[in-house]
Amino acid sequence: MTTTKKQLHRIDLIFKNDEDCKEILRKALSKPNQEIINEMVNSGLKGRGGAGFPTGLKWKLTAESKEKDKYVICNADEGEPGTFKDREILSRVPHKVLSGMAVCAKITGARKGFIYLRGEYKFLVPELKKEIRKFHDILDDLGLDFRVEIFLGSGAYICGEESALFESMEGKRGEPRNKPPFPTECGYLNKPTVINNVETLAHSYTILKFGAQKFRDLGVKDSRGSKVFSVSGDTPIPGIYELELGMTVQDFVDDFGDGDTKAVQVGGASGFLVPRKRFAKTTIGYQGKLTGISLPTGGSMMIFNSSRSMYNVLNNYLDFFEEESCGQCTPCRVGCQQLLKGIRAVKRGEKPTSYLDKLMKLTETMKLTAKCGLGQSVANSFSSIVENFREEMIY
Amino acid sequence: MSNMVNLSINGIAVSVKEGLTILEAAEKLHIKIPTLCYHKDLCIAGNCRVCVVEQTGNNKLVASCATPVSEGMEINTNSLKVRNCRKHIIELLLTEHREECTKCYRNGHCELQELSAEFQITNQDFIDLVPDKNYTVDRISPAIEKDDSKCIRCQRCVRTCAEIQSVGAIAVSHKGSEMKISTFFDRSLDEVVCTNCGQCIVHCPTGALTEKSYVEKVWDAIADPDVHVVVQTAPAVRIGLGEELGLGSGTRVTGKMVAALKRLGFDSVLDTDFTADLTIMEEGTELLTRLKRALVDGDTEVALPMATSCSPGWVKYIEHKYPEYLPNLSTCKSPQQMFGALAKTYYAKNIDVEPQNIVSVSIMPCTAKKFEANRPEMKDSGYKDVDYVLTTRELAVMIKQAGIEFEKLNDEHFDSIMGVSTGAGVIFGVTGGVMEAALRTAYEIVTGREVPFDNLEITPVRGLAGVKEASIQITGTKKEWNFLEGVELKCAITNGLQNAHKLMEAIKNGERTYHFIEIMACPGGCLGGGGQPFPVDNEVRLKRMQAIYEEDRNLPIRKSHENPEIVQVYQDFLEEPLSHKSHKLLHTSYVKREQY
Amino acid sequence: MDFQEKLVQGLISKYGTDRENLLPILQGVVDQERFLSEDVILKISKAMAIPAAHVYGTASFYSFLDTEPRGKYVIRICKTITCSMKGKNQILLAIENFLKVKVGETTIDKKFTILQTNCLGWCHKAPAMLVNDEVYTELTPENVVDILREYKEEK
Repeated sequence: MTTTKKQLHRIDLIFKNDEDCKEILRKALSKPNQEIINEMVNSGLKGRGGAGFPTGLKWKLTAESKEKDKYVICNADEGEPGTFKDREILSRVPHKVLSGMAVCAKITGARKGFIYLRGEYKFLVPELKKEIRKFHDILDDLGLDFRVEIFLGSGAYICGEESALFESMEGKRGEPRNKPPFPTECGYLNKPTVINNVETLAHSYTILKFGAQKFRDLGVKDSRGSKVFSVSGDTPIPGIYELELGMTVQDFVDDFGDGDTKAVQVGGASGFLVPRKRFAKTTIGYQGKLTGISLPTGGSMMIFNSSRSMYNVLNNYLDFFEEESCGQCTPCRVGCQQLLKGIRAVKRGEKPTSYLDKLMKLTETMKLTAKCGLGQSVANSFSSIVENFREEMIY
Repeated sequence: MSNMVNLSINGIAVSVKEGLTILEAAEKLHIKIPTLCYHKDLCIAGNCRVCVVEQTGNNKLVASCATPVSEGMEINTNSLKVRNCRKHIIELLLTEHREECTKCYRNGHCELQELSAEFQITNQDFIDLVPDKNYTVDRISPAIEKDDSKCIRCQRCVRTCAEIQSVGAIAVSHKGSEMKISTFFDRSLDEVVCTNCGQCIVHCPTGALTEKSYVEKVWDAIADPDVHVVVQTAPAVRIGLGEELGLGSGTRVTGKMVAALKRLGFDSVLDTDFTADLTIMEEGTELLTRLKRALVDGDTEVALPMATSCSPGWVKYIEHKYPEYLPNLSTCKSPQQMFGALAKTYYAKNIDVEPQNIVSVSIMPCTAKKFEANRPEMKDSGYKDVDYVLTTRELAVMIKQAGIEFEKLNDEHFDSIMGVSTGAGVIFGVTGGVMEAALRTAYEIVTGREVPFDNLEITPVRGLAGVKEASIQITGTKKEWNFLEGVELKCAITNGLQNAHKLMEAIKNGERTYHFIEIMACPGGCLGGGGQPFPVDNEVRLKRMQAIYEEDRNLPIRKSHENPEIVQVYQDFLEEPLSHKSHKLLHTSYVKREQY
Repeated sequence: MDFQEKLVQGLISKYGTDRENLLPILQGVVDQERFLSEDVILKISKAMAIPAAHVYGTASFYSFLDTEPRGKYVIRICKTITCSMKGKNQILLAIENFLKVKVGETTIDKKFTILQTNCLGWCHKAPAMLVNDEVYTELTPENVVDILREYKEEK
């Protein structure tokens, strides 16, 4: 078989086994805090959970707080449909994640860290505990006063939202808080808290080891470095792939599609559906506009071929959101119910096609007024599916 | 001096204190931003999203109740974007809400209804979600009804029950579309730790939480020619009723209220203040007896501090949460129940009517009184001592139904007997009032002199502070009380059960010792009760408080033991405080209750 | 002292009575009992001085903290998009036929409860399910019955 297409650049940084963790850590811990912060800022690393907040800035803000008690939390409440990379990172290279946490603890002055692990991944606990014990021994050798504990979730997607996660850790319902104040000022137990996604912390290890430049060299403007993608759906090769940021959806589909790809959902149920006609114009990354639109993502890539009904896909997402909304704010709680019932009513012919436009306006309200990212992002998949596959939505 | 922040709202520049929210800053400019989940008494939730506003430079709208002002902020509270979103949010709330406004108990007093009217939600065509909701309506409690189909999930009730009352009978449960306000495993309010205080009702914006109404029963009784309907009115009703009938907060309407009750057709209009005075006689004597047993007889079993028992919300709270302190609770019934017991004995005899032909109604600022009247213990007259309890709000409904132009009424006087009140009785309606009334009498009994405060006004026990402490040095005692010579009588007063909780913990931990504590379940005391008009906040409570103290100052008699009808009831019927008869009719016992 | 009492006391003394320990304590009970009964919640509420309604409200927020009786083995089949595309319904049908109960129900011998759940994070190996904490992926109507047969035949 011959092909003229170039294969996507597969990166092997995150999962590369690394025996010299202790040495890397020793070196990092001996550097002045400011130097580490500069490295992190210069690397251009942005949060890999999906929101894309600059990691270096997060660390810096928390380090600047005068509070005595601070926390470092690794967000492993990976619940976005189509995402499973954090589990893979935690099971294959936990020491990288732990090292990232330790360095962050060193510069911020935190002495306690938590890994908030989703309940669905409970089976990881024994192995992870072993790794943490080993890691604690390393920290003792290196003289860093920092301890990490696992906090297990109990089945609630919304707890991946950072302030909901704090509430959950505090023994409460996982209801997102009002912001401001932000976690860097007022997080777990109302103390300054750095909360980073699993993958973000693993990348910080790469940066510490190889320096900011090597990381910056990957990717494109505003979207630096590599990213771990969870690939599923109609693909012959589902799985985890570390790829350079900045690729187009077309490049991705060429590598991973089954030859009949109709659409790709980028960023899970809370992300965007990209239809075939937009593959070439859409890049995967943060803001940096090359041509067309650019989509930030936690790394979920779900591929749909032409046998799939986009109505069913949307119905599935909305069913998910209707259940997983925390329920506290009106636009999200009631909005999700209205969207779900609304598309069903249109499909059954109980509401006119024009009702879809009313629902589109509703998603705009949700985007503008919902209390947290969950309610705000329901609009993404809804509008991108309804706009592009309207004919599949109707009776 | 805190820092000032400059911002503009709708193009108008304003400078406000750092830390204020956008909502509070707008208030200063007399710009009203609609709210639902926001309440001045409660912590910020920011969950209804009705108060969203547009901030220049922010691509999302922000909740004005939850967002602090910042320097240079430009806010628009009424842009097209804001208005469309608000309208959507109100429409969404309506789809979860059983829309039967004309049949709703809160018709005309509902914040959601008001907002829908304001935004002219006339053609909303989102899907009605109610049919699929499986909503429950709990009407089992004799005091409070909970109708989930009217609930908008603002959580004001949950915050009230937890923050103001430290009870936690209701909480948010489940998530997503199933999210709702629940008791422990969705039991009836009647089965759980609910104290029936009704603060949730006062703070509920809709008809989801309401009092159980007995208005129709009372109309039936009034219309029945064979029964004699007697009504008693609690102290705080006379300073709250006007508010519900269009007069300003803190308007004293005692005479008009009496006139209105007579026009409604009650056969006799009497005063709970009379039994408030009686309570002072009984409770004061009980306190002195306990002190004597402790100080003279060296009886270590005496439960001190003695706690007041006038507030049925507090009584139920202690029964649930501190049952080990039940012996500390005064055995005195509340004034309402003393009145009820006397109405069907002493009063019945006096007017020569068979007690079974008397219907005894009370008008209370309180919903817990409805529960209290239904306690199985409250039948010492041989009949149900108090048949029906109406709140201040329910009385206002009757007055409106009867077509009485309340503000035009001329003042009238209470009937007799059991209609003479003193200033001491009146101040039972305010936090610190029972304590003040008790001290006015007890100090004088023990020393033969008036309490050493200007114009009888014991200022340390007054005010809205959560926990107040006072001590009074007893000197120059009369001979029979000389065991109290030199004793410093230590007292504490709390209002709102959260403060009661604090006080009880301090007592439990031994951090504080007192002889006498006064606890009222509601913020501000009965004047802020669960049966009083809403909306309410501390500003309103203070006005009502001033009114009560004015009422006290303007009465000719201000000490319970000087009430001529009190002297008479002991002479003609009860003999003396703590007599056999008073024990039978005026005192009660308590039960330990579950903790969920 | 009954088993529940011991269980709750053990968990309380292991974790402490601060509110931030509530989830681990509730999880500890569910590990043993598979659900949170009224009695257990009441005991925890007393020990931690959190109103019982609030403990209930918190538990009911989390889908793994059941407040209704469940079987010894709780089967949670992922119903989110990829599993749904890859034949979740057939898997569910096979399980329902095999266990003779419907989704949401518990078998008469109280051994199995069938539930559906949201994304388990095994989209690349869909369809997936959990049996208690154990993960099973790439299910077929045939192999799921084999898996459950082993549980069923276990003493």
